[in-house]
Amino acid sequence: MSKTTDLDVAYVAELARLNLTDDETQLFQKQLGDILKYAAKLGEVDVSHVEAAAHAVPVFNVFREDEPRDWFTAEEALRNAPRKANNLFIVTKVVE
Amino acid sequence: MTGADLPALSIAELQRLLRHREVSPREVIDALQTRIASIDPQIGAYLSIDFEAAAKEAEKANLTLPLGGVPIAIKDIISVAGQPCTCASKILHNYRALYDATVIHKLRAAGAIPLGKMNMDEFAMGSSTENSSVKLTRNPWDLSRVPGGSSGGSAAAVAANEAFGALGTDTGGSVRQPAAISGVVGVKPTYGRVSRFGVVAFASSLDQVGPLTKTVRDSALILNAIAGHDPQDTTSLNEPVPDYTATLGGDLRGTRLGLPKEYMIEGIDPQVKKAVDAAVKHLQTLGAQIIDVSLPHTEYAIAVYYILATAEASANLARFDGVRYGHRADNPINLLDHYGRTRGEGFGPEVKRRIILGTYVLSSGYYDAYYLRAQKVRELIRQDFAKAFETVDALVSPTSPGPAFKFGERTADPLQMYLADIFTNAGNLAGICGISLPCGFAEVEGKQLPIGLQLQGKVLDEARILQIAYAYEQSTDWHKARPTL
Repeated sequence: MSKTTDLDVAYVAELARLNLTDDETQLFQKQLGDILKYAAKLGEVDVSHVEAAAHAVPVFNVFREDEPRDWFTAEEALRNAPRKANNLFIVTKVVE
Repeated sequence: MTGADLPALSIAELQRLLRHREVSPREVIDALQTRIASIDPQIGAYLSIDFEAAAKEAEKANLTLPLGGVPIAIKDIISVAGQPCTCASKILHNYRALYDATVIHKLRAAGAIPLGKMNMDEFAMGSSTENSSVKLTRNPWDLSRVPGGSSGGSAAAVAANEAFGALGTDTGGSVRQPAAISGVVGVKPTYGRVSRFGVVAFASSLDQVGPLTKTVRDSALILNAIAGHDPQDTTSLNEPVPDYTATLGGDLRGTRLGLPKEYMIEGIDPQVKKAVDAAVKHLQTLGAQIIDVSLPHTEYAIAVYYILATAEASANLARFDGVRYGHRADNPINLLDHYGRTRGEGFGPEVKRRIILGTYVLSSGYYDAYYLRAQKVRELIRQDFAKAFETVDALVSPTSPGPAFKFGERTADPLQMYLADIFTNAGNLAGICGISLPCGFAEVEGKQLPIGLQLQGKVLDEARILQIAYAYEQSTDWHKARPTL
């Protein structure tokens, strides 16, 4: 199990694209440190012969026919858009 | 029967009146509107409610259908076409659903009328509904206490007779725990039993939709309507749905009930322990055989749960980027600023905490130590239950270690809040079904606070736990008690 001091909340927040205030960063550093200390007890369990369970009730290879069906119109898809024009989403500039 | 008496009825009682034309669907909506207007300013269960849309649906209700004309309240994480779906988050404060979730489609097909979107912990993350970005919901039994969570609005509304029944979601106990401490019935179906299409995802390997109702029969009626295969949810199980009301009744002779010895922990409130012990004795007098069982990996369930649930949440909540819907930060200077501020402004503290934890346990270098290891321990927990179910039909325990707590009592320490789910988390990890039903009261500071009994059953064995719960309920009076408001 990794040392819990490895958690750098400010760095992880950058990875998560999530701005935190300085107060939040400090508070989470302490709280998540406690939680990870608690989670360290998983290190006690012998899992050497165990397969990881992604789902409790496994279902494999779920396919359906690739058929067209009625779905949103462009106008409907844009109904919740924060910014839109000419039937398009306006996004923040991505290239200089 | 006057309009003022209607909101206290169970769904089954209401159906009888509707079918005999003693009351019209429109009168039911009106009676509920009056009740909500008088009581919800105290409780705070509803986030939004569209009486006009409901009244229109009431006019054309088909009373021959199983839930014909019955209004059902919906947790604000489930899409109802044309209605807000905010997940009690600022990031979705102005969002309106464009389509019905499959569970709403199915409720409508059974004749029910979705009415009202219910308060919750933001994105279903919490055990007290205090993480709602909108408002507090109060426990109808003691207004200074939480209703539980995350489906706290759904539970409080049913308890306060301002909803006949409600839908909630249960990722780690979020239907069962609020049902328990608000004094109503709540069911978490088997993973895959009910479609999640149109339900905002929190932790996709754990989330299930379930009913909260005044009685066990009412939960069976709602489950009849919402269960079943959905090609639009690939995790939905393609298995036949029995009539869950058909097996209600009869005694418990031949039923084997397991008492997990690991659940006899310190930290269970003495009044909760006493009530659950008495309930076990009562189940014995109904014919059930009580067998001691062991779930050896119980002590790891909370750690596994908070690693897996936060990892999945950090991925699911990446979709809230301020591009297609929801909040967007003003005047971003570039794309990173756009994402960082949109999400920083839009999410509340508990959601942020879980995104950070989830991102960390999935990050390079820590994945094996946390995420992968947690998945392996999850498999051991699943095997514990499978082994126990070789010798018993269902497991009995408290739903929550204590009765309703006060506002602010646990918000400073997230770990203490997480421990409130100690008896429910493992069931989600194992994918099994569970129900909470009233089994007594704790007297605290002169108030009667409800206690919940949890029954957990095998995968797809909802009929069995409903039958056991019904036998208990019908031979006790706990479900008849209502808070005085």
